[in-house]
Amino acid sequence: MQHKLLDLVEKASLREDALKFEVGDTVDVHCRILEGDKERIQIFNGVVIAKRGSGTREMFTVRRIVAGEGVERSFPINSPKIAKLVVKRHGRVRRAKLYYLRGRTGKSVRLAERRARKDEVEATEKS
Amino acid sequence: MPVGLLGRKVGMTQVFDEGGQAVPVTVIETGPCVVTQVRTKDRDGYEAVQLGFADKPRRLATRPERGHVADLGGKRQRSRQAAGVEAAVKADCEPKRLYHEFRTDGEEHGLAVGQELTVAHFDGVAFVDVIGTTKGRGFAGAMKRHNFSGQGAAHGTKKVHRKVGSIGSSADPSRVFPGLKMAGRYGHVQRTVRYLKVYRIDAENGIMLVKGAIPGPNGGYVTVRRTNKNRFKQQQAAQTKKK
Repeated sequence: MQHKLLDLVEKASLREDALKFEVGDTVDVHCRILEGDKERIQIFNGVVIAKRGSGTREMFTVRRIVAGEGVERSFPINSPKIAKLVVKRHGRVRRAKLYYLRGRTGKSVRLAERRARKDEVEATEKS
Repeated sequence: MPVGLLGRKVGMTQVFDEGGQAVPVTVIETGPCVVTQVRTKDRDGYEAVQLGFADKPRRLATRPERGHVADLGGKRQRSRQAAGVEAAVKADCEPKRLYHEFRTDGEEHGLAVGQELTVAHFDGVAFVDVIGTTKGRGFAGAMKRHNFSGQGAAHGTKKVHRKVGSIGSSADPSRVFPGLKMAGRYGHVQRTVRYLKVYRIDAENGIMLVKGAIPGPNGGYVTVRRTNKNRFKQQQAAQTKKK
């Protein structure tokens, strides 16, 4: 169990709108990027292959194929630099870490689609 | 040296700054500390302020420990009082687990016995030093203790992967030089980490956040003081110049 004072410190750094997604989901991550003094949004699209950690240290990894080359990017879930996260598609997966996708190319990378659960449907309708 | 504070390491985590960068911080439960004694030049030969931290249950404290913080009204004391000896001022608080003296030679500290210091004592302090006891690692090998490289994992290395290797020459000098780095007890020694940035002070919860790591396990006692590193003085000087 974590110390209550640590929880208190972390609570202040957690984002208010908790991101809702699961491993296997195809997502659009809207990142804030600073260019000089201008801010713009960059979208990173891909499949969530892992979530790890807890509290403010929780991270998730998104994998996509760019020009035939696999690209992975890890984000802190609570980073203020993530402006928005949109779930595009739910994948049917049977494990928590989809590292087996790394060895695959072409058609075998695809994940079977899963019907959205009730709470997930409500969440998308809201946003 | 200005008076610091005693505290306990809560643990490490990360928080996000205004720019959205993750900052590694250590949470330190700092104070409240009670001034249990003020040492003076006349009586003790030096000037210092003694602070106590963390209550110790009375049943675990010895009578001298209890008598140090409160007036027990013992028989000897009553007779001494009758003889006109002035009793020492007591903080009148619970016995403490941890005491520490801060030397204040020739300084105006303005503290009196019984006064309570909280983390608000560090308001406006930008950098601190943290003194703690490192994690004890027991009898550790040379690789862990002295960052030796060990020996090869393969290429015919047999049963000596983490050993020291040679410890000196042969017939000349026919002995091993003293002070040679070898395996042995490692850790559980006092260490000071200087010039840690104070990230946040939370007076309400009595905690402070410093950027970076501090010695010791979670729950270990630490001493926090204003940094004595020169860079701090230089920055202070620069700031006063600006003003």
